[in-house]
Amino acid sequence: MEKRMIVGAVVLAIVAVFFLFSIFLLHPVGEPEQVQMDDYIITHTQNETGTNNGVTSVVFDYRGFDTLGEATILFSAVTGVLLIFRRVKQ
Amino acid sequence: MREMTKIVKTTANILFPFSMIFGLYIIAHGHLTPGGGFQGGAIVVSGCALLLVAYGSSWVFDRIKDKRLVTFESLGAIGFITVAFLGLVFSTAFFGNFLAGSGSLFGTTPATGSTLADFNTGGVLPLMNFAVGMKVIAGLFVIVLIMAYASSRKEWN
Repeated sequence: MEKRMIVGAVVLAIVAVFFLFSIFLLHPVGEPEQVQMDDYIITHTQNETGTNNGVTSVVFDYRGFDTLGEATILFSAVTGVLLIFRRVKQ
Repeated sequence: MREMTKIVKTTANILFPFSMIFGLYIIAHGHLTPGGGFQGGAIVVSGCALLLVAYGSSWVFDRIKDKRLVTFESLGAIGFITVAFLGLVFSTAFFGNFLAGSGSLFGTTPATGSTLADFNTGGVLPLMNFAVGMKVIAGLFVIVLIMAYASSRKEWN
C-alpha cells in the first residue's frame, strides 16, 4: 500500500509539472501570433458570405469540408447503432 | 424504458412544445444567432428524449418508425451534399456560396459593421443549417430510440 501511494504521488507530481509548464507556455488571452486568417474572416465575412454570424460562416462556408466530416461521423454512428441493434428473425 | 407517473407525463407535456420551438428557432436562425443545425437539433432531440423517458420507449416506438427516421436523416445528408455540389456548379468551388449577394433567396448582403439581423441573408448557410438540422434530429433520435427500445425488449437481439 505504501509503495502504491509513493508511485501515485510521483506520477501526480510529474503530471502536475507538465500542466504547470504548459500553463506558463500559453499565449496571453487576446494576443494570438498569427492573425492574418482572423483578420481576413472578420473583415470579409459580411461581404463574401452575406451573414452577420461569423462563426456560422466559418463552419458552413469557409470550413464546410469539416462540417461534411462531422455529418459523416453522425451518419456512421447511426449506421453502427442500427447494425448492432438490428432485428433478427428467430 | 417503462412509462412513468402522471406527474412526469404532465411535466413532459408542458415542456415538450417549448423545447421543440426553441430548437427549431435555433436551427432557423443559425445564420443570425449563436447555434446552428447541430445545436438546435440536439435541443429538439433532448425534447424527444424527455418524451421517451416519460411515456416509455414502446409507446414512442409504436408511433414513430425507425425506418422513417433513417429516411429523414438520409434526406438531410443528401440535401447537404447537393447544396455543396451546387456550389461547385454555380460558383467556383465545392461548398461555394452561390446564393450570397445574388439578390434572390437569402441573397441580401448586410451592410458592413454591426447591423440589425436580417433573416433574408446568408446565401446557402440557412439551407445547410436546415439540412444539418434534419440530419441531427433524425440521427440522434433514432440512436436514442433504438437503444432505449432494445434495452427494454428481450426478443430484439
